[in-house]
Amino acid sequence: MASALSAQSPVRGMIQRAATDALVKLDPRKLAGNPVILTTEVVAVLASFSTVAEIASHRPAAFAGQIAGWLWATVLFANFAESIAEGRGKAAADALRAARVDTKAKLIVDQATGTTVPTSAHKLAVGDIVLVEAGDMIPADGEIIEGVASVNEAAITGESAPVIRESGGDRSAVTGGTTVVSDWIKVQVTAAQGDSFLDRMIAMVEGADRRKTPNEIALAVLLAGLTLIFLIAVASLVGLGRYSGVVIDPVILGALFVCLIPTTIGGLLSAIGIAGMDRLLKFNVLATSGRAVEAAGDVDTLLLDKTGTITFGNRMATEVISAPGLAPDAALRAAMMASLADETPEGRSIVELANSQGVAGEAPPDAISIPFSATTRLSGLEIGNMTWRKGAVDALLGHLGMTRADMAPELSQAVDRVARSGGTPLAVAEGTRLVGVIHLKDVVKPNVKARFADLRRMGLRTVMITGDNPLTAAAIASEAGVDDFLAEATPEDKLRLIRDEQARGRLVAMCGDGANDAPALAQADVGVAMQTGAQAAREAGNMVDLDSDPTKVIEIVEVGKQMLITRGALTTFSIANDVAKYFAIIPALFVVSLPALGALNVMQLASPQSAILSAVIFNALVIVALIPLALRGVKYRAIGAGALLGRNLAIYGLGGVVAPFIGIKLIDLIVHNLGLA
Amino acid sequence: MLNQLRPAVMSLLALTLLLGLAYPLAMTGLAQAVVPNAANGSLVRVGGRVVGSRLIGQMFTRPDYLQGRPSAAGDGYDPTQSGGSNLGPLDPKLADRIAKSAAALGGDRRTLPADAVTTSASGLDPDISPEFARRQVARIAAARHMDAAAVQALIDQHTEGRFAGLIGEPRVNVLAVNLALDQRFRTGKPQS
Amino acid sequence: MTWQGWAEIALTLVLTVAIAWPLGIHLARVLEGRATPLDPLLRPVERAILALAGPQAATSQTWLGYTAALLAFNVAGFVLLYAVLMLQGMLPLNPLKLAGLSPDLAFNTAISFVTNTNWQAYSGETTMSNLSQMVGLTVQNFLSGATGIAIVGALARAFAAHRGEGLGNFWRDVVRVSLHVLLPLSVVMAVVLAVQGVPQTLAQHIDITTLEGAHQTLVVGPVASQEAIKQIGTNGGGFFNANSAHPFENPSPLTNLIAMIAMNGLAFGCVVAFGRIAGARKEARALVAAMALLLAVAAGAIYLAETQATPALLQAGLASAPNMEGKEVRFGAAASAVFAAMTTGASCGAVNAMHESFTPLGGGVALFLIQLGEILPGGVGSGLYGVVVMALLSVFVAGLMVGRTPEYLGKKVEAREIKFAMLAVLILPLAILGLTAVAAVLPVALKGLSASGPHGFTELLYAYSSGGGNNGSAFAGINANSPWWNDTMALDMLLGRFGYIVPVMAMAGAIVAKPKLAPSAGTLPSDNGLFIGLLIGVILILGGLQFFPALALGPLVEHFQMLARTAAPLR
Repeated sequence: MASALSAQSPVRGMIQRAATDALVKLDPRKLAGNPVILTTEVVAVLASFSTVAEIASHRPAAFAGQIAGWLWATVLFANFAESIAEGRGKAAADALRAARVDTKAKLIVDQATGTTVPTSAHKLAVGDIVLVEAGDMIPADGEIIEGVASVNEAAITGESAPVIRESGGDRSAVTGGTTVVSDWIKVQVTAAQGDSFLDRMIAMVEGADRRKTPNEIALAVLLAGLTLIFLIAVASLVGLGRYSGVVIDPVILGALFVCLIPTTIGGLLSAIGIAGMDRLLKFNVLATSGRAVEAAGDVDTLLLDKTGTITFGNRMATEVISAPGLAPDAALRAAMMASLADETPEGRSIVELANSQGVAGEAPPDAISIPFSATTRLSGLEIGNMTWRKGAVDALLGHLGMTRADMAPELSQAVDRVARSGGTPLAVAEGTRLVGVIHLKDVVKPNVKARFADLRRMGLRTVMITGDNPLTAAAIASEAGVDDFLAEATPEDKLRLIRDEQARGRLVAMCGDGANDAPALAQADVGVAMQTGAQAAREAGNMVDLDSDPTKVIEIVEVGKQMLITRGALTTFSIANDVAKYFAIIPALFVVSLPALGALNVMQLASPQSAILSAVIFNALVIVALIPLALRGVKYRAIGAGALLGRNLAIYGLGGVVAPFIGIKLIDLIVHNLGLA
Repeated sequence: MLNQLRPAVMSLLALTLLLGLAYPLAMTGLAQAVVPNAANGSLVRVGGRVVGSRLIGQMFTRPDYLQGRPSAAGDGYDPTQSGGSNLGPLDPKLADRIAKSAAALGGDRRTLPADAVTTSASGLDPDISPEFARRQVARIAAARHMDAAAVQALIDQHTEGRFAGLIGEPRVNVLAVNLALDQRFRTGKPQS
Repeated sequence: MTWQGWAEIALTLVLTVAIAWPLGIHLARVLEGRATPLDPLLRPVERAILALAGPQAATSQTWLGYTAALLAFNVAGFVLLYAVLMLQGMLPLNPLKLAGLSPDLAFNTAISFVTNTNWQAYSGETTMSNLSQMVGLTVQNFLSGATGIAIVGALARAFAAHRGEGLGNFWRDVVRVSLHVLLPLSVVMAVVLAVQGVPQTLAQHIDITTLEGAHQTLVVGPVASQEAIKQIGTNGGGFFNANSAHPFENPSPLTNLIAMIAMNGLAFGCVVAFGRIAGARKEARALVAAMALLLAVAAGAIYLAETQATPALLQAGLASAPNMEGKEVRFGAAASAVFAAMTTGASCGAVNAMHESFTPLGGGVALFLIQLGEILPGGVGSGLYGVVVMALLSVFVAGLMVGRTPEYLGKKVEAREIKFAMLAVLILPLAILGLTAVAAVLPVALKGLSASGPHGFTELLYAYSSGGGNNGSAFAGINANSPWWNDTMALDMLLGRFGYIVPVMAMAGAIVAKPKLAPSAGTLPSDNGLFIGLLIGVILILGGLQFFPALALGPLVEHFQMLARTAAPLR
């Protein structure tokens, strides 16, 4: 996980860069996308003019000046929040850019002879074919059309162990910026310079083409609407106040307006979005858009491949059943002998099982291994005239010239029992005699059951996808605790399942790596492609997992939810804050003309001016105080929607009502005692 | 919207005939046939002469009559100008008016019921509270030279309690009491 | 305060909410086009009217088509009513030979009745002929209510659909609601009222000589038939100036109880019907609960306020007494308080006591109920769509806090819905605060006020709140029959009605096209106590934030002034 993406630049540097950025972002054009903060800036400008006018006419301007100053601070704090969120991504982007140095590619100009011409990488066009040899950097994204090579992809994944890439199949995609360590390959370029995977990654990490997500747009509409409502409420005060003989200082009116509009969430909204993408990056997952992250929070159905996600990729031997009349460990020994030369994980697990039960042995040098072949579906060992063979039950029976009916009933029952329990039965023969049955078991990863229970509480349905027969699938499904399974699944079945779920109004997430997963990945609302997977899969999905760890989908869903929760919590907090601000400002505004309204000054603030100033200061500081929360995100808890809402409402709703009463009172004490107002 | 013109006009006309003419006329016919007295204003007659409506308050100023509440309808109990004083609770005009009413009523002000000095919402309130009626017993008895207990008994007779024990307030219908007073104690007639 | 008073308030609210279920179930049947018990009588009439209306009444309409039909119907209704009022002097059933109305008053009154507001800048007994009351006002009492209820059908269908398009047919909805719901209910109530003493006659004046020999002119007319639909359709426009305080409109505590149940029962019933059509019965129950809870608290608050003695009473030496100024003896403080809460909670606007003479807090609560957007339970139909907008906003803000794109009743709440919901919500402060702020500095407007200081301010604010909220009640000291008031109030009422309906219909158009999502354990539940609390919080905070400054300058300051005075009554 030491990826380029998790690179940390020094904290102090980041803060400095963010502070500079915050000033640059004062440019109103840059604030156009954030109506709340833009409005605040307009009011700050007006307050500043007002201050200058006061000074020019030799009237006391300290109060107006302080208000103007804190309004500017409000804008700067909001900008700072966004900059600091962008900072991490910028640092990661710099690391990635280092990988994008220009290389000389060996462009094949004549297919027949294989003649190459050195060409600058950025001059390569889609469809060009290049030769990449050991030690060369792959010049562009492409598909291997010939050859096998081990490739170091650390530049992208941070994983330094090389991976095998070969033509044909699901491991044929290579990424520009990675390096061939051994052998050679011919690569057909699939992405033009500037549009490569690395380029897209940099853009994404940097947030350069960050577009607002649907939910962000909806929230922005709500905030703009609230801003308008408060504009009406505040502007109308001019007329309403005039009736009651109250002449309201425009600076105070502006201060009231800024305090009421949702500056807290308005200032932190984009930071929350960027931080959400960033949290995904920490998991080494790259989303093609914020929209995808948001959709992850909404997922109802999670399709999980059995192998690698729910079970360890490899089956393991857990017992060997002897044929009747044999010594108890005769079959175990035979199974071990048949597996001595078998380097597959299954074979090794049989040897380990035997060793753990005190049966040991080694293949003598003259032993001849019988390798597994697709035609015989058997493997084994031959020492002199002794042979041991193991394989699928019907294959071995066929080899021995037997049928199921010829099997000892005990063994036949054992075969059925193993199959029913979700395992794979293998038969073992010594010479021409059937001696036993090996139980190969799909081992469910520890903890998955608990995680699926969490998911269920989050409201997600898990569906296991497997090529196994329904019997085996059902047994594993119940052991892992998934809600449903799809057995003997073909890629078409997967696609159909996704469409069915979607037709029922559910959002579906899945991960995949094969080229044949591409349609399903594209169809799913959240498709997570494995970085090691086929190019087609990587193109079809809307997220790429650089670690190629399919269990990551669960974290992705949590990050999506966390982002939405953080937005909701801060919006609620922001709106709830207004109650206290009213109680600070309204009495201050009217008390001179209507002394009876002094009764509304429940906080006992020192003076009208200090009340207003304190509210404005609180409004600005609360943004800073909430930056860490915006970046970290409100923690997601899988306790069910109702309980989660109750909890967050108590904290951010009630808390949002209460907190500013305390905060404004404290600030008022300070402001008053310092003689600021 | 032009293609909606025909349905708009046709359905409006049809519904107007049904709801604006047929419905109220049918209701009028039905009410006149079944409950003619109620449908015509619950009129009260004395010797064939209509002297008022049981439901509409009248101005009573004579000491031998039970008197109603102050009224803001026209010059007092004018059904063509129904309505309240619409004075706010802090309006000095209200304080003055109430102070005058209280002074005119006399007696221990602390026990004076609020309806005695306040105008009703309609200005036509036919009722007063039993407490307000009780305060007038002595005056009526004196004016009519009769036993106070008899007057109180008559008022009790015309006191209506809460509907079902819960709904509304106990009340005395002023016109009903005064009609009963006239009927039982002819001495109360004006000496004109 | 008496225990009977509290019991009466509780009983009234319980009966009102209880009757919402039979009414809502019936309404749902009507909107779904199913058979009703009165079909043998009403189906032929319905068929005839729809046949007259032509082919437009037989197709399924998109939101645009539905809205266009709705607007066309209301424009036609306005034109007819305006004409009747202007030409009153030349039309029959006018025994008193009352003249036509002035153009601005006729305009104001026609808008007022078409928008279900029933703001009355005139005094009924001296302005309207029996024909105007019947063919003009009673008809719009039916049709403005039916218009609101029709939208219940359209909105419910939008939530029920899965990637749908049509919202139903407006003509069918409005005709069926008028015939199968409003007419039978009105007939029953009119009969009960007539039996209880509400006049129902074509006579208009009865001259009498009172016991003391004075002259009195009783005003009568076809009151019962209009009174029934005035309450059922949450119209509130009284036959008489004193409205439901008038003994001929509301002669007894029993008729008062019936009037209250009538003016809120169907509005709650609209929520029940919505739940049944949209397949969201539990969620509808939660909406009803939130609305009823807030209404109950408001009624209790007004009762508390109105049983306090006012400075005027204390100064005159009365020990302690309820604030009976502007209240009828037969109703007392309790029935007046609960009526005030229900009429302002419901955008009805009928009054059985004079709100202007209420204590500052009593009148302030009534005013705030209007400003909350007339959703407790709101007008027939309008209360439902108002509360759905609030529910959408609640779900949107708080729903994010469960970590999903918010959804309500299986429909995702996204930018389009929020945009239209906010447009609708914006209309009320724009109309109310905007017009109040302008009027507050214009002598031509202030001339109409009967009070000065904070009370006069409340009178002003109440008027524009009442218009924008389509309530129609008033701090009735105001003299609003002048061109300025007639025209700005008409604008206020139009904005509050159609400025809200059009965005709501657009929202329905966006919702109908969305896929209907299946709920999961991760979906924010919108049928439990937590949601009820959330909805109440959002309604109060949103309303409070908009109107707190204005309320501070009116009822609040007056309240504190009153406290200062009652503390030292003999000053």
